[in-house]
Amino acid sequence: MFYREAGQFKTSYAADQAIFPILQDRLFVIAVLAVAYLVIPFISTPYFLVTIMIPSLIFCIAALGLNVLTGYAGQLSLGTGGFMAVGAYATFKMTTMFPELNIVIVFLLSGVFAAAVGVLFGLPSLRIKGFYLAVATLAAQFFLIWLFNRVGWFSNYDPSGTISMPPRDVFGIRVVGSGAAPEVRYLMVLTLVVVFCLLVKNLVRSRMGRTWMAVRDMDIAAEIIGIRLMWAKLSAFAISSYLCGVAGGLYFAVYLRTVETIAFDVVLSFVVLFMIIVGGLGSVLGSILGAFFITAIPVILTRAPHDLGIPISVDMAQHLEVIIFGSLIIFFLIVEPHGLARLWQIAKEKLRRWPFPY
Amino acid sequence: MQVLFDFLIGPFFQIFEAPIFFVEVVIGGMAAGIMYALVAIGFAVIFKASGIVNFAQGAMVLFAGLTLVGFLQMGAPLWLALIATVVVMVALAYAVERVVLGPLVNQPLIVLFMATIGLSFVIEGFGELAWGSDVHRLDVGLPRGSFFVGDIMIDRFHLVAAGSAGALVVAIVLFMQYTKFGRALRAVADDHQAALSVGIPLRMIWVITWSIAGVIALVAGVMWGTQAGIQFSLVLIAFKALPVLILGGFNSITGAIVAGLIIGVGETVFEVYWGQMMGGATENWFAYVVAMIFLFFRPQGLFGERIIERV
Amino acid sequence: MRAPATEAANATETGKTVLSAENISLTFGGLKALRDVSFDVKKGEIRAIIGPNGAGKTSMLNCINGFYHPQEGTITFKGVARRRARPDRIARQGIARTFQNVALFKGMSTLDNIMTGRLTKMHTNFLLQAIYWGPNQREEIAHREVCERIIDFLEIEHIRNTPVGRLPYGLQKRVELARALAMEPDLLLLDEPMAGMNLEEKQDMCRFILDTNHQLGTTIVLIEHDMGVVMDLSDRVAVLDYGNLIADGRPDDVQSDQRVIDAYLGVSHQ
Repeated sequence: MFYREAGQFKTSYAADQAIFPILQDRLFVIAVLAVAYLVIPFISTPYFLVTIMIPSLIFCIAALGLNVLTGYAGQLSLGTGGFMAVGAYATFKMTTMFPELNIVIVFLLSGVFAAAVGVLFGLPSLRIKGFYLAVATLAAQFFLIWLFNRVGWFSNYDPSGTISMPPRDVFGIRVVGSGAAPEVRYLMVLTLVVVFCLLVKNLVRSRMGRTWMAVRDMDIAAEIIGIRLMWAKLSAFAISSYLCGVAGGLYFAVYLRTVETIAFDVVLSFVVLFMIIVGGLGSVLGSILGAFFITAIPVILTRAPHDLGIPISVDMAQHLEVIIFGSLIIFFLIVEPHGLARLWQIAKEKLRRWPFPY
Repeated sequence: MQVLFDFLIGPFFQIFEAPIFFVEVVIGGMAAGIMYALVAIGFAVIFKASGIVNFAQGAMVLFAGLTLVGFLQMGAPLWLALIATVVVMVALAYAVERVVLGPLVNQPLIVLFMATIGLSFVIEGFGELAWGSDVHRLDVGLPRGSFFVGDIMIDRFHLVAAGSAGALVVAIVLFMQYTKFGRALRAVADDHQAALSVGIPLRMIWVITWSIAGVIALVAGVMWGTQAGIQFSLVLIAFKALPVLILGGFNSITGAIVAGLIIGVGETVFEVYWGQMMGGATENWFAYVVAMIFLFFRPQGLFGERIIERV
Repeated sequence: MRAPATEAANATETGKTVLSAENISLTFGGLKALRDVSFDVKKGEIRAIIGPNGAGKTSMLNCINGFYHPQEGTITFKGVARRRARPDRIARQGIARTFQNVALFKGMSTLDNIMTGRLTKMHTNFLLQAIYWGPNQREEIAHREVCERIIDFLEIEHIRNTPVGRLPYGLQKRVELARALAMEPDLLLLDEPMAGMNLEEKQDMCRFILDTNHQLGTTIVLIEHDMGVVMDLSDRVAVLDYGNLIADGRPDDVQSDQRVIDAYLGVSHQ
């Protein structure tokens, strides 16, 4: 009824190629952004911001990164945690070496280190595909974690290998470290997410994105239309790792603030992979939906027994949480293997026809 | 210069100075390698029949071990407990086929892989919910202790592990080559659709495959449990088996054994002679880095079938 | 796409050899897929390769566009000889092809598939692409216009935004041709463009092939099993059998060649 595109004619290719060609979509996105910027920071509790919004937004960037690599370029990677760790330790080293450097610039630069490491560990993708590649990327995961754990230089010789984020200000406002208000941290992360989503969306609808998707869908045919496979794959690794690196820096500096290497172990890689599978492979929207969904579930599961007043032991709650989480993954894969993004699309189709079934 | 010497030449001096110690290190590595291979075979069997990389194999090892311990603690004699555990593993295979694999037929393999990760969580949570999450000791009366051959100390238990791995491989190969099920299984592995069209019951084949993987998990569980107790960390041995698997070539059972030995020996020797210089715990990544470098030159693994691309 | 003005120029140039393959031999292990095959393609012609199944026709195309590397022999394209070159490099030199089994990018729409044919002609760097607005948008629109003209040419306007995986086989083949044309190739290799099509689809495809050849001046090498089509479309026909070139010439001559008749009717090989 309200979601109709009738009467909206496109008279130029530019209009046809817009991210949101339909007026209602544009209005909806503006509304969501308005709520995110103007409503959420003022009405939500610090607890909600810190346990759900901030990690979800940070994972949006990580999921976006993995989605570039796996969803768009078709290279399955299980090294996300390792690349995030590179970003985190690069952030830590840079901000402790150059305390004067603006922290936002530190975040953006830390991704560059992750990108370089990503290209290095992406080299096997020139020869191997699919699960062989996935297992090979685990090499990045395990090697990098070991490196940060064992080489004291990375943690400034902290005896337990722990790194802590010192406080940093931007324009006189404390944005990270002790004393940074949840609202400020939230708004900073939100802004980065919006910017990166826009940049990635632009990339994937341009030459780069089509190159990646061609390699994903059929690498032989891609080669025969003139795509240099090496360049296509390594660029995907670079950009993907860049995003994961930035996300890792934020994960450390804005969300956890004190981190041991264990925080970036292989479980984190799987969590991000879950996000893009549940959210939708090859979809920017899917990365966002998946990140929020997978971040929120454990929080909800942990609180549910308490909120419902069911008295169960901590141990049991933990096992149940694991079982429910695993079952939900399987359930989602069975119901909609193309993820939440596809569900959203189907819902829009339905809405377009509403109130008629066809 | 000193660093280069320490790294490139020093360790070889150590090896020559104490050859017996070196042999013992190698033997220890082989023992570890066999344990990895035991898990990797479980992966390979399922991959052969369905193309699925079953991430839940590690969780199945834990589950089988926990179930066995559970039955033993309930006072069942060993033979009964073993049979009961096999029954449970077959039931698990059936349930997995019904609930997870059946509905996901024809989905891309990455989706199936993700589903097995979810499954891994479920099996692990379920096993610990049913049997508790403490470290359980497992003693099924396997021989312990060691004896000497010349100057070299050999652990009896390692011989048993090697023997059972060998027996498993022989049994699987015989089963694959000489039984009707085995033939059907190989047909399914080649082409699902074609196998269906000649009347092979796909779903039953999958139940059988997962049951075999369950039994392999039980053997692996008994071995690992005897060595280190049944505990949560067994889930993580899946990560040890994966590089073994790709080094050997995904669908080769012999490959799993050979690659298991290579990696077991390689990482032990590397850790003992080089790892200390680098801060230790190099076995966390050694297998992966070796597998990664090796695959760069031979993408199909040691024994995998050559990948021929056609257009 | 070429402007009409150059058409006449192309017509006059016809007769110049654009591609020549000399003494090509290709073996897989013990199997000899091609034995000492030589043939050439002249500018502006439609050149057919025929032969029974397994005769080495597709292997020949694979050699031409660099997917296989023949053990012996040289391939000269536009006067430049090469021995080993990667397919992407050869694509950039101006050789496009379609495949026997459709090789489209299944996850993308028709328009995006055709746009991939323009990839080698797009040059904005990735930072500009990420910003989109500005040079990248201008480039996108310019190439979109080229693709739209090809869409128009091949009459596939109605499926512009459909994911190619959902299209019927005949249309997929047409989209594949569109992608190849988007590369503005000098030489177009078509591997069984009409396999599995019904009569009407075949007629359409014949028309498109002839139009491509006449209006755009594209040189075409064609593999096809439908003899009627081959004899009608092509200027010259090469016949392969068991990896050997057994006949080469004008369609009428080839048709009456005794060795060709033997190969097709199956005279026993001594």
